[in-house]
Amino acid sequence: MTIQSCDLNASVVPMPVSNENSAASAHSKAQRVARWLVSPSVLVLLLWMIVPLSMTIYFSVLQYSLLYPGEHPFVGLENYEFFLTDEGFSAGMSNTLILVGAVLAITVVLGVAISVLINTPFPGRGIVRVMLISPFFIMPTVSALVWKNLLMHPVSGVFAWLAQVMGMEPVDWFAQYPLSAIILIVAWQWLPFAILLLMTAMQSLDKEQVEAAKLDGAGGWAIFRHITLPHLARPIAVVVMIETIFLLSVFAEIFTTTGGGPGYETTNLAYLIYSQALLQFDVGMASAGGLIAVVLANIVAFFLVRLIGKSLTEKH
Amino acid sequence: MAELKINALRKSYGDIEILKGIDLHIRDHEFVVFVGPSGCGKSTLLRSIAGLEEVTSGQIVLGGRDITGLKPAERDLAMVFQSYALYPHMNVRKNMSFALELAGVDKATIEAKVKDAARILELTHLLDRKPKDLSGGQRQRVAIGRAIVRHPQVFLFDEPLSNLDAALRVQMRLELARLHHELNATMIYVTHDQVEAMTLADRVVVMNQGRIEQVGTPLELYHHPVNQFVAGFIGTPKMAFIPARVIGGQGHELTIQLPSGEHLTLPRSPDSIHVGAEVTLGIRPEHMRIVSPENANLTGQLDVTEHLGSDTYCHVNIDGGHTLTVRQGGDYEGRFGEIVGVDFDLSRAHLFDSEGNALDSVTRQAA
Repeated sequence: MTIQSCDLNASVVPMPVSNENSAASAHSKAQRVARWLVSPSVLVLLLWMIVPLSMTIYFSVLQYSLLYPGEHPFVGLENYEFFLTDEGFSAGMSNTLILVGAVLAITVVLGVAISVLINTPFPGRGIVRVMLISPFFIMPTVSALVWKNLLMHPVSGVFAWLAQVMGMEPVDWFAQYPLSAIILIVAWQWLPFAILLLMTAMQSLDKEQVEAAKLDGAGGWAIFRHITLPHLARPIAVVVMIETIFLLSVFAEIFTTTGGGPGYETTNLAYLIYSQALLQFDVGMASAGGLIAVVLANIVAFFLVRLIGKSLTEKH
Repeated sequence: MAELKINALRKSYGDIEILKGIDLHIRDHEFVVFVGPSGCGKSTLLRSIAGLEEVTSGQIVLGGRDITGLKPAERDLAMVFQSYALYPHMNVRKNMSFALELAGVDKATIEAKVKDAARILELTHLLDRKPKDLSGGQRQRVAIGRAIVRHPQVFLFDEPLSNLDAALRVQMRLELARLHHELNATMIYVTHDQVEAMTLADRVVVMNQGRIEQVGTPLELYHHPVNQFVAGFIGTPKMAFIPARVIGGQGHELTIQLPSGEHLTLPRSPDSIHVGAEVTLGIRPEHMRIVSPENANLTGQLDVTEHLGSDTYCHVNIDGGHTLTVRQGGDYEGRFGEIVGVDFDLSRAHLFDSEGNALDSVTRQAA
């Protein structure tokens, strides 16, 4: 039997081999063509990345202020030293982390709660869904201005009016709780994103699983805790990853409302770099700050991927 | 006592009535199968018993306790779903212990019960796996294990084998039957597959369009279907139906005429039917024989013959555009297009009135 099958193989094998050879050569030829066709765009992308990066690195080691034209002497790592020891840096650093952390917490918690709530059918669900998503389509500058002037303004804002109706002292948000105000605005903007992702994920939750849990004696909370939340783990990880990337560089909301103040209270890293470069015209220091921000973002990304990347690649 | 009584159960979605008054009595330790074509309401009935569907009216009583308005968890029954519905992020052990943990059972008892269920279902070596690492049959067993650990009064199965391939389905069918004996529990099983119904059930409930057509043991349904629907639904290949007309009756015999002109005399009391009435003759493939065309009950032209080895199914075209499927021995050689005779075993034939209800045979009335 074995001899027979060997013979059979021997007589059959040569044909596919020759086929494979020609197929392989055709394949490699196609690959070469593909490489040539792709190379221009790869080259452009490479330049696109390399040029600004090397320019930034180059500027970061110069004493390069726009207020003093002329020579730009090499100063080594002095810019880095100044940036890291600047009183704005530690403030910017902690503000960035607080902003990211707080907005993530709000959007994930409220996002999960709202998407679970609107998963049960009720009249007008379609409209409610659209309304929940719509803040995402408003420009950050516009929404920040609306919040600042129409909602949080201590004299003409809706919140102030509400407070007065209830007989309370109106809160001057941007003077008393500037960072909380910014967090509120940014969270409002990013909540729709979380809802969008989690709402879609909720629709793929197996109904029979929930029914099985009901028969197993699980109440509403137990079902949420043991069925819904584990089901949402992956989309929550996606929300956290993507939001972190964008929240590390929040700028427009700060620029249009507080301008980083009062003092450094609402200055995050992105805003700090902006103020170095374009308010103090120190290109060298801004470049050093930018590179530090890149490194920090990478550190955060590394931990994020370590933390939740595993749950993303794991197949269900 | 796990005796389940269903009284006048109705369920409607808006104007559409899914269950149109179900009365059923399921005895303790009984294996009952709900069978019927899709959309007949069998799954809705099962889900109503489980408490996953609210009923419109009627009553469900389990072991003397009215459970109609209770939550699923308070009913003391367990269900195995078509999709298994295992919890994907929990391992097999956790899947099975979930209900017990929610109920606050102490750890040692849980451990013992899970071990016991795993032993019965041969899952012991898989306890730490996640559902995604299991095969279809293993998942099925975990789903059953999840039900077993709770020691419910009633087990409910919603088409549990329909996602398995044919070989596995036969194997799991046997295991389910074995399990029923081992656990000695009341089981209710929903399927659209009449083979599963016939092989597993102590009693079969045939449903159609929200109504129960007949309740009986598999052989009762096979030999004495109460109407044309049950007769056509139970048995493969299907029972053949030939329209006929009553032309006379005498004593315990009824004579009918087939469209092709042949006269047949059946052992039926002619009292309940008048001469000239339209009736339907029903006859199963195994109660017909292919004979030579002379002095046969009927002649026809042989169409396709299907050889299964053990049997041969011969399709015979007869007058009036009807096709009879005749079951012959495995070595029967038929020629396509041949004119053959078909002989009926008239003592096993069924007769239905114009409403589709069976006319009781004399032999059965005597029995």
